Amino acid sequence: MLDDKDRIFTNLYGAKDWRLKGARSRGDWDKPGDLMAKGGDWIIEEVKKSGLRGRGGAGFPTGLKWSFMPKESDGRPHYLVVNADEGEPGTCKDRDVLRNEPHKLIEGCLLASLAMNAHLAYIYIRGEFHREAEHLEAAVEEAREAGLIGKDACGSGFEFDIRVHRGAGAYICGEETALLESLEGRKGMPRLKPPFPAGAGLYGCPTTVNNVESIAAVPDILRRGGSWFSALGRPNNTGTKIFCISGHVNDPCNVEEEMGIPLKELIDRHAGGVRGGWDNLLAVIPGGSSVPLIPKSICDSVLMDFDSLLEVKSGLGTAAVIVMDKSTDIVAAIARLSKFYKHESCGQCTPCREGTGWMWRVMERMVTGNAGIKEIDMLLEVSREIEGHTICALGDAAAWPVQGLIRHFRPELERRIEAYKAAQAGTRAA
Amino acid sequence: MPKLTIDGVEVEVEPGITVLQACETAGVEIPRFCYHERLSIAGNCRMCLVEMEKSPKPIASCAMPVAEGMVIRTDSEMAVKARRGVMEFLLINHPLDCPICDQGGECDLQDQALFYGFDRTRFEEAKRSVKEKDFGPLIQTFMTRCIHCTRCVRFATEIAGVEELGLTGRGEDVEIGTYIEKALVSELSGNMIDLCPVGALTSKPYAFTARSWELTKTESIDALDAVGSAIRVDSRGGEVMRVLPRLNEAVNEEWISDKTRFAYDGLRRQRLDRPYVRRDGKLEEASWDQAFAAIAGQLEDAPGRRIAAIAGDLADCESMLALKDLMAALGSVHTDCRQDGARIEAGERAGYIFNTTIAGIERADACLLIGTDPRFEAPLINARLRKRYLAGGFSVGFVGPEVDLTYRAEPLGAGPKTLGEIAAGEHPFAAVLDDAAHPMLIVGQGALARPDGARVLATARRIAEETGMIGDGWNGFNVLHLAAARVGGLDIGFVPGEGGLDVAAILEAAGSGGLDAVYLLGADEIDMAALADTFVIYQGHHGDAGAEAADVILPGAAYTEKDATYVNTEGRAQHGRLAVFPPGEAREDWKIIRALSGVLGRTLPYDDIGALRARMIEVNRIFAAPDEARPAEWGAFGTPGPMDPAPFAYPLENFYMTDPITRASMTMAECTALARSANKDKTGTDG
Repeated sequence: MLDDKDRIFTNLYGAKDWRLKGARSRGDWDKPGDLMAKGGDWIIEEVKKSGLRGRGGAGFPTGLKWSFMPKESDGRPHYLVVNADEGEPGTCKDRDVLRNEPHKLIEGCLLASLAMNAHLAYIYIRGEFHREAEHLEAAVEEAREAGLIGKDACGSGFEFDIRVHRGAGAYICGEETALLESLEGRKGMPRLKPPFPAGAGLYGCPTTVNNVESIAAVPDILRRGGSWFSALGRPNNTGTKIFCISGHVNDPCNVEEEMGIPLKELIDRHAGGVRGGWDNLLAVIPGGSSVPLIPKSICDSVLMDFDSLLEVKSGLGTAAVIVMDKSTDIVAAIARLSKFYKHESCGQCTPCREGTGWMWRVMERMVTGNAGIKEIDMLLEVSREIEGHTICALGDAAAWPVQGLIRHFRPELERRIEAYKAAQAGTRAA
Repeated sequence: MPKLTIDGVEVEVEPGITVLQACETAGVEIPRFCYHERLSIAGNCRMCLVEMEKSPKPIASCAMPVAEGMVIRTDSEMAVKARRGVMEFLLINHPLDCPICDQGGECDLQDQALFYGFDRTRFEEAKRSVKEKDFGPLIQTFMTRCIHCTRCVRFATEIAGVEELGLTGRGEDVEIGTYIEKALVSELSGNMIDLCPVGALTSKPYAFTARSWELTKTESIDALDAVGSAIRVDSRGGEVMRVLPRLNEAVNEEWISDKTRFAYDGLRRQRLDRPYVRRDGKLEEASWDQAFAAIAGQLEDAPGRRIAAIAGDLADCESMLALKDLMAALGSVHTDCRQDGARIEAGERAGYIFNTTIAGIERADACLLIGTDPRFEAPLINARLRKRYLAGGFSVGFVGPEVDLTYRAEPLGAGPKTLGEIAAGEHPFAAVLDDAAHPMLIVGQGALARPDGARVLATARRIAEETGMIGDGWNGFNVLHLAAARVGGLDIGFVPGEGGLDVAAILEAAGSGGLDAVYLLGADEIDMAALADTFVIYQGHHGDAGAEAADVILPGAAYTEKDATYVNTEGRAQHGRLAVFPPGEAREDWKIIRALSGVLGRTLPYDDIGALRARMIEVNRIFAAPDEARPAEWGAFGTPGPMDPAPFAYPLENFYMTDPITRASMTMAECTALARSANKDKTGTDG
């Protein structure tokens, strides 16, 4: 369990002042000039050393991502874009950072931008986060007034500013290139890669897109050292992580914990346990709606980190733990997710545009059992025809929950189909 | 040069190209729907997925740049499976109504389904249906068939330069449309029909009239403007069923204008299919012999100086030369092919052609437009200018009334005053041209078809000479013509001979009784009232103004009905070909003149088109090199002198109706009505 001294987000619950004064009392903005003086290369090295992996879901090493940015500008400006379009169902970690720890994010933006030679950072915040955006904007203003950012950020001579941009409620705009499209004023549709944003991103300029939590963790990593961060958690899955535990638990909550904590411990210790006890657990979606669910048998022992969850064919994703007890209609739950992906598909590329609707319709029939046994395999095949064939990861995200359901709950699907048939036969006989 | 392995074969390709293009050089065709070499890459259909070594997922070959050492498999299980999956997705919501779809037989989706489709569906749900949209009189939409490749959107935005189409909605509810339903306002819109890989956008006038495999395809040249686009005339029986573009990188790439494409219904209406002779003030049907006899009777005693001939805008070179030779035999030097009175002389060829060439526009870096709106006068030249503009580093300025060219162009002034300033180097745009490595100018008929046209021409020449437009391997001086006949007429020398009358003088002379006969070779755009008291011979294919004023009508052939030569504005001689026979008793035009010459006792010395073409080469060497745009020697042309300060006016009142064929076309009439209402409804607040 994470020691209090190793906690990064000490005001996650908003018990204390979120403004600059309060943030300073918790150690934020503590001599940022000293960190800046060590230079961009040092910052990137330190972040690389920390082993920080992107907290937005894909888990790409943050330091490595930064090192893809051109070292010297070819005349084009560089941009840092912070993805605060937190829309993954079950996830609400960035939201708490934005409203209770906005200065961590702003300080992180400054340091990350220095490392990548960006003089402007955009924070693309989810449109529904109205109060959060107010906090963030106020915090940015405070930082500007205090000279922490602006023409001469922290007295270092480095010019840096932040613009906050509010989204309009499309899930797909959380995909980094769709986010850039939206930021540029166009319809949020993912771009083809390559070119990657580090080569040609916002307005065609080198851009790095990072998650809120990743950036907000940077000041602490730099102050305490990359080795402090990498000592937490497990190799390749280092540091702390905010977990969002929701669903059938006694005390749903956000909690910052060490990476690699056993799922059972996470739920029992922080969320008051599963409703009706651990044995009442049916399944858990461990990383937000996009990752395949895992049944109780796996939940008993699995560790909460990228690699452990990958081993059980799921993923850490955004670390949004959705707990479902035995009262859950698991098929209906996944059908609801299918509906979500059908609704949020941008419609640009064929497999996702056509496939998500198909999957949802079949899933709806699966809920009542109005389907054929063969259709289970067909559904699996359709999900595989989407997976990996699309421009962005939404196709994969739509396919995985269905695949997880079929992998672990095929007997339940078959039972419903048989029951439906029997009921039909019954009505016909009568 | 990167080397990569495609299906086990190592190939070396140009750097910067995509995997799909590399596969093509290796002889492997990749199925695709959204990719088109002239449009930006969308990568959305996912049909071109191939397997790439070291990539866990198949890649979209249309969007992936080649890299050294890539190993690509286009026929592996992964690639084929991916394509089968994509095809299945494309077909689940496609209506599969091929038997009633006009695209049937030439449909990319149909073709690819043959290779990657299943023979039955696993899709048990209700299919999506999408409401049709009204895109105007040219494009029929069947939006349920749409596969959302966005080719039409990209064409409209990138090539046509009208941001009217887009993808609205999300997910499976996305629709191609204009958002607020309206007709597409683009002079190039018909090309979307060709680009559409399925039957979502089809030709409205062609709807349900023929199947592609029943059509006879004739490769020809368009004559409805001076661009000379390469076209394919599809016919069935004796009728032209549709006109499609043909690839010609030098001229039209693979686009044609809506006029070129859709005016063909005008070929069936108002046709002159037999000779007529006016008796007692009334035109009556006649036989060829009677018609010729009537002409012979009139011309018998007429001295050459009292006979004149005017060639119209659709006249071909063969008939113009035959007529010129006949007039010469009759002793007349009053011949002219400049109906609009353009002050262009036949002498210096560089002074009346588009020297830069259309493809050459892509090398230019600054352009001055003088009294021309190329968007409507020559849509494909405008498309090329836009293409050049989009490539960056191309400044365009125009002298003339306000105009929307679909790209940024600086208004410099309204008329000759500005032109004079540029020529004198006093205008800031003169410096722009000066600084350009390859400056060009285009002078249009709006600047030349006016009394001081020759002076405007001289001023334009001065600008060209003084801003470095004329140099080694570069000639930036261009005249943009409107009529397919014009450059050919000038090349043939269908202009007044020594002491001869030009069009205005012919009309004046006719009005004052100074002429016994005027021969109109398809000339309809002149003031016929002036010819009221003169014997008028009209040879042409449509019952238009000329036929109405005629005393004898000789029914000729339209451009789709004869083997004929046209010289486009670049000076490129091209052969149009007979696709269907002229209707009724109508005949190919040069043959009519040749036959008449016999009746008149002045038999022309050519009996077949070969001999006539040999005579054309004798008159002008350019006819010896068909399809080529030969550079012309620079020389002196135009008449220096003060210009009339009156501003230039663009010559085309209505893009859709410029000649007897388009005036007879119902489709063009609908387009005209639409364009007029669109202009009328503008309130200034409707965007």
